[in-house]
Amino acid sequence: MHLVLFLIFAAFCLAGAINLLLQTHPINSALSLIVVMSSLAVLYLLLGAEFLAAAQIIVYAGAIMVLFTFVVMLLNVGVEEKTHGSKVAKAVGFPAVVVILGVISTVLLQAEKHLGVVNLSDKITTTQELSRTLFTDLLLPFELTSVLILIAILGAVALARKDGGQ
Amino acid sequence: MMNAIPSSWYLILSALLFTLGVVGFLIKRSLITVFMSIELMLNAVNLSFVTFAHEWHQVKGQIFVFFVMMVAAAEAAVGLAIIIAIFRARATLNVDQIDLMKL
Repeated sequence: MHLVLFLIFAAFCLAGAINLLLQTHPINSALSLIVVMSSLAVLYLLLGAEFLAAAQIIVYAGAIMVLFTFVVMLLNVGVEEKTHGSKVAKAVGFPAVVVILGVISTVLLQAEKHLGVVNLSDKITTTQELSRTLFTDLLLPFELTSVLILIAILGAVALARKDGGQ
Repeated sequence: MMNAIPSSWYLILSALLFTLGVVGFLIKRSLITVFMSIELMLNAVNLSFVTFAHEWHQVKGQIFVFFVMMVAAAEAAVGLAIIIAIFRARATLNVDQIDLMKL
């Protein structure tokens, strides 16, 4: 059961991410990203993070992606133009990407024997447990993020105004 | 049927998603899609955070993901406002044509 669920949703994740790269219209890329984020929510559930699974759906697949699709539709962005691309980015970028993947995989394969396994019967982190830590040990960072979000709202409104930046 | 999955599978999936995000960041020519690739990378890192939180039974790993989500929401709001401002000023979202700080 666990293996089947993991394989199905890992496949959805990878397929969505690859589709994001292959699509030329931004709205199709946005919809593939929603697939990736929703599948990640299921993977969070498999890892016993029930609160994060809900937050992933509400915040990421809901709020952030609505913002993205809204902007794509507002600006009426068309199909991505085929330009020469920045050749330097491709020439330096792809070897760099291969190196990044290689380094991460090497580290993971070396650490693999120290890592445990994930069982569906493992303890689920309840929201109660999470909020107890959040509102005692990490109260100050939590309050600071509220200030950050307030500043972000003000910044977004100021930037998106008609004479934004002037 | 196998019921236990090694934690490293989740981490490898996370590494693959992160790499796909980097590739998208490099090859996509539309500013919005480049921004989506950044969100993909953030999500990939979140998955490894949750995996490690599960691995070492730490609640704080999950709370960190919660913070990343909040910062990502703030970042998306400001970033998309910047994209709207750029589109107003230049009427294009192609990253090859947005290579100067001033008009």
